[in-house]
Amino acid sequence: MSTETTTHTEEHGMSNAGYVRIALILAAITALEVSTYYVDFGRLFMPALMIMMVVKFIMVVSYFMHLKFDNKLFSWIFYAGLILAIGVYCVALATFHFFS
Amino acid sequence: MAIIERPSVTTTPAVIAPATPSSSLGTLRRPVTTGGWKAWLFTVDHKKLGIMYMATALFFFIVGGLEAVLIRLQLAAPNGKVLNADLYNQMFTMHATTMVFLFVMPMAAGLANYFIPLQIGARDVAFPRINAFSFWALLFGGIFINLSWFLGGAADGGWFMYAPNSGPVFSPSHGIDFWALGLQITGISSLAGAVNLITTVLNMRAPGMKLMRMPVFTWLQLVVQFLLLFAVPVITVALFLLSFQRNFGATFFDVAAGADPLLWQHLFWIFGHPEVYILILPSFGIISEVLPVFARKPLFGYPFVVFSGAAIGFVGWGVWAHHMFASGLGPVSVAVFSIATMAIAVPTGVKIVNWTLTLWGGKLVYTAAMKFAIGLIVLFTIGGLSGVTHSVAPSDTQQTDTYYIVAHFHYVLFGGAIFGLFSGFYYWWPKVFGKLLNERLGSWNFWFMVIGMNMTFGPMHILGLQGQPRRMYQWTEARAGEGFFNLGFWNLIASIGSLVLTFGILLFLINVVITTRKGQVAPLDPWNARSLEWMTSNPPKEHNFDSIPTVHHLDEFFHRKYQEDANGVMQQVKTAEEVLKELEDNADAHIHMPSPSYWPIVLALGMPVLAFGVIYSIPVAIFGAVVILFGAYGWAIEPSTAPDDDIDPPTESGTSMGVAHVS
Amino acid sequence: MSADHAVASHDTHTTSTGLSNVKLGMWLFLGSECLLFGGLISTYMLYRGRVGTGPTPMQVFDIPFTSVSSFVLLMSSLTMVLGVSAAHKGDDRNTYLWVAVTALLGATFVGGQVYEFTAFYNEGMGFTTSLFTSSFYVLTGFHGVHVTVGIIMLMSTLGIMKRSKVPGSKSETIEMLGLYWHFVDIVWIIIFTLIYLIPV
Repeated sequence: MSTETTTHTEEHGMSNAGYVRIALILAAITALEVSTYYVDFGRLFMPALMIMMVVKFIMVVSYFMHLKFDNKLFSWIFYAGLILAIGVYCVALATFHFFS
Repeated sequence: MAIIERPSVTTTPAVIAPATPSSSLGTLRRPVTTGGWKAWLFTVDHKKLGIMYMATALFFFIVGGLEAVLIRLQLAAPNGKVLNADLYNQMFTMHATTMVFLFVMPMAAGLANYFIPLQIGARDVAFPRINAFSFWALLFGGIFINLSWFLGGAADGGWFMYAPNSGPVFSPSHGIDFWALGLQITGISSLAGAVNLITTVLNMRAPGMKLMRMPVFTWLQLVVQFLLLFAVPVITVALFLLSFQRNFGATFFDVAAGADPLLWQHLFWIFGHPEVYILILPSFGIISEVLPVFARKPLFGYPFVVFSGAAIGFVGWGVWAHHMFASGLGPVSVAVFSIATMAIAVPTGVKIVNWTLTLWGGKLVYTAAMKFAIGLIVLFTIGGLSGVTHSVAPSDTQQTDTYYIVAHFHYVLFGGAIFGLFSGFYYWWPKVFGKLLNERLGSWNFWFMVIGMNMTFGPMHILGLQGQPRRMYQWTEARAGEGFFNLGFWNLIASIGSLVLTFGILLFLINVVITTRKGQVAPLDPWNARSLEWMTSNPPKEHNFDSIPTVHHLDEFFHRKYQEDANGVMQQVKTAEEVLKELEDNADAHIHMPSPSYWPIVLALGMPVLAFGVIYSIPVAIFGAVVILFGAYGWAIEPSTAPDDDIDPPTESGTSMGVAHVS
Repeated sequence: MSADHAVASHDTHTTSTGLSNVKLGMWLFLGSECLLFGGLISTYMLYRGRVGTGPTPMQVFDIPFTSVSSFVLLMSSLTMVLGVSAAHKGDDRNTYLWVAVTALLGATFVGGQVYEFTAFYNEGMGFTTSLFTSSFYVLTGFHGVHVTVGIIMLMSTLGIMKRSKVPGSKSETIEMLGLYWHFVDIVWIIIFTLIYLIPV
C-alpha cells in the first residue's frame, strides 16, 4: 500500500496534505478578496482583486486539475482556449469603449 | 455488421458464450444486426457514418440549390413575381443557412469522418459512439430547422440574423426560433465532432505516422476542427441570447431597451469568420491531395502548406470585425481589422503558389478530379482578390450590402469550397463505393459548372458596383441604368447562369445513378495515389487495415510502390496489389471493433424534442430532457466495446438473433 | 517488415501521444467551454450598468451570503480532488465518501443560488426587468446548470459504482468528473470576482 501511494504521489505530484494546503491558501485569498468589499484599498483595489482572481484560478488549474504535473499538451489546449477567449472578448469589449 | 472480426482465427459459434447482456440496460439490448436498416441506424462505424453524413449533405445541397434557383428566377426580370417579399426573405436566409450549415460543413465532416482514420492508419475514430451522436444530431438539427417551412414560415432575417430583423417585431413567425435552436443542435454536433476528430488525429495515428507525415487533408481538417472547437461556443452564446430574447422576453439586442445590437454582430462574426475557414480549408486539403496525384509529383512545399493552413486558422481569429466596417466601429478598430485582413491574404497566397508549383513541370493527368482542383485554384484566386478589395475599409463601405459581396463570397465558397468537394467526390468515389464515376460525364459536369458559376456570379460584380443591394426582392426597370451596365441584362445573364449551373449539378447526380447501376468497377489503386487510405481494399473492410501499417515517409503508399534507383529516378518496385498483399499476410489475429449502440440516436433524438418544447410547450421540453437523460444513462453504463458475453452468437444464416428476447 | 508488424500489432490501450483519449477529449471540451463562459461574462460586463428603472447590482447583491456559498464551492473542489486521489489509490471507501461530500457541497451551492434568485426576484429583479438582470440570470443560471449537471453526474457515478457497472477505468471516470467539477469552480472564481466584488 505504501509503495503504491508513493508512486501515485509521484505521478500526480501531490499528497492529500498538499491538497489541503492548497485549499487553505485558496480560502485565505478568498477571505482577502471579500475583505476588499469592506476595507478601502484605494487605487490598489482593482489590480489587487485581479491578481487574487488570477492566482486562485491558476492554483486550481495547476494543482487540483493537475495541469502542472500532466502532459504539456493538455496545458496547451486549455490555455489556447482561455487566451483566445480573453483576446477576442477583450477586443470586442474594447470596440464598445468598455475600458475607457 | 460484424461486431468482432477475427479474420485469421476461425471461431465456431459454440466458442462464444451465450448472450447474457450484463452490461447494458435490460430494456434495450445491444443491437446486433449485421444487415438491413438497423445496421445503419445503430452503427458506430466511421465509414458508414461518413457516408450518411455525405448523403445528408447532398440532400441539403439539392434543397439549398433549389432555393437559390427560386431566388434567381425572382430576380431574372424587373418586378419579379415568382416569390413575394416575405417568401423571398425566407428563401435567401434558408439558402445560406442550408448551404453553410447543412451542406458544406457536414460534407466536409463526412469526408473527415471517412478519410481521417484511413489516412492516419487507424481502425476507427477515438470515440465511435460520439461520432454516431454527431451525425444524428446534425441530421435532426437540419430537419428541425427546415420544419419551420411547414409551421408558419422559415427564418427570414438573413443568415447572419442581425438585430433588429431577428426580433419578434420584424419576424413574428417561429422561423427564427427554429433556426436558432436548430443551429444550436447542429452546433453540438460540430463540437462533439471536433473533440472526437482532434483526439483521433492526435492519438490514433499508426506507428511512425508523425504529425509532419500526415496527409495535408488530415492536417487541414485538424485545423478546421480546432476552429470549430473554439468558434462553435461563441455562436452558442449568441444563439442562446437570441432565444432568450425571442422566447423569454429578454432584450439583449433591443436598442429601445438600451442594448447594443452590435453585441450580436460581434458574437456572430467572432464565430462567423473562423467559420469561413471552416468551410474552405477542407477543400484546400482535398486539392492538396488531388494535385500531387495527378501531377505525378509530390506536393510542392508540404511544410508551407501545413503551416500556412495553421496560420490561416490562427489569424482567422483576428479579422472578424471586417464584416462590420459599415457599422460605425470607430477609426482605430477599422484600421486594425483592415490591416489584419490584408495580412491573412498572405498565407492563402502561399497556398496558391504551392499548388501552382506542384503543377509546374508535372505530367498532368486531366481527370475530372484534377479539373475541379484546377478550377478551385483559378476561381478561388478571383474570389480571394475581390476579398482583398473588401479589406480596404473605404472601398468596403461602398461595397457593403451590395451584390459585389455576393459575388465575392460565391467565388470563394462555390468556386473554392464546392469545387474542392466535387474534386474530392471524383477522387474518392472509387474508394468509398468501389466503382469509378464516369469520367466523360464528369468532364461535362465540370465544364457546365464552371461556365454556369461564372455566368451566375461574375455579373454580380458589375451589379454590385452599380449599386444593386443584396436582399432586395425586386428591382425596377426605371433605375436599371443603360448600356453595358444595365442591371436588367446582367441579372438575366446571372439567372440563365444559375440554370446552367443547376444542369451541371444534375449531370453529377446522373453520373452517380449511372455509376451505381453499371459503373466500372474500380481497380485497387485507380489513380496511382500516394496516401494511406488507398492502401486497403475498395471499399475498405470494416476494420480498415488487416494489419496496421508502420509509416516511414510522407506519402507512405507511394514510397512503398516506388523507390529511387541508382540515378535518383523513382522506379516502381511493387504494385498496389503487392503492397496490400503484404499487409494481408501479416493480418492481426484479434481485431476488436467498437460495437453498435442504440444510445447515440436516442440521445440525439431528445434534442429536437426539447427544442420543439421550448418553442411550443414546456412539458414537451421536459419530456425531451428526460429522453436525453435516459440516453445519457444508457450510454454511460454501456461499455464502448462489448465484452464477448454481451453479444449474441451469429446464427447459421449469417445474421444474428433478434433483440426481442431478454434474459 | 516482420519486425515492423510486430510493433504494429493492434493494442487499443496505446495511443500515439501516450495520453488517454478520454482525458484529451475532456481537455478539448474544457478549452471550448472557456469561449462559452467568456461570451456570457462579456455580455454581462457590457450590460451590468444598464439597469433601466430596475435595481442596480449593488442594491441587490448580498456579499456575505455569496461569499459563503463561493467558499462552499471552493471547498467542494478540495473534496473532489481528495476523491480523485482516493480513486487512484483504489480506495473505494474514501472515493465514495469524498465524491458524496462533493455532491453535497455542490447541492448546497445550488440551493444557495436558488435562495439568492428568489430573494432577488422578491426585491423586484425579474428576468426581464433590465439588461443587467437578464444578463446576470443568464450567466449565473448557465453556471448553475453546469453545477447541477455535475451533481447529477457525481451521484449517478456513485450509483453505477455501487452496482459496479462503470465501463472502463473507474479512477479515470472519477478523474474526468473531477476535471469538469474544478472547471465549474474556476468559472465561479471569475464570476465571483468580476460580477460580485467589482462595484458598478
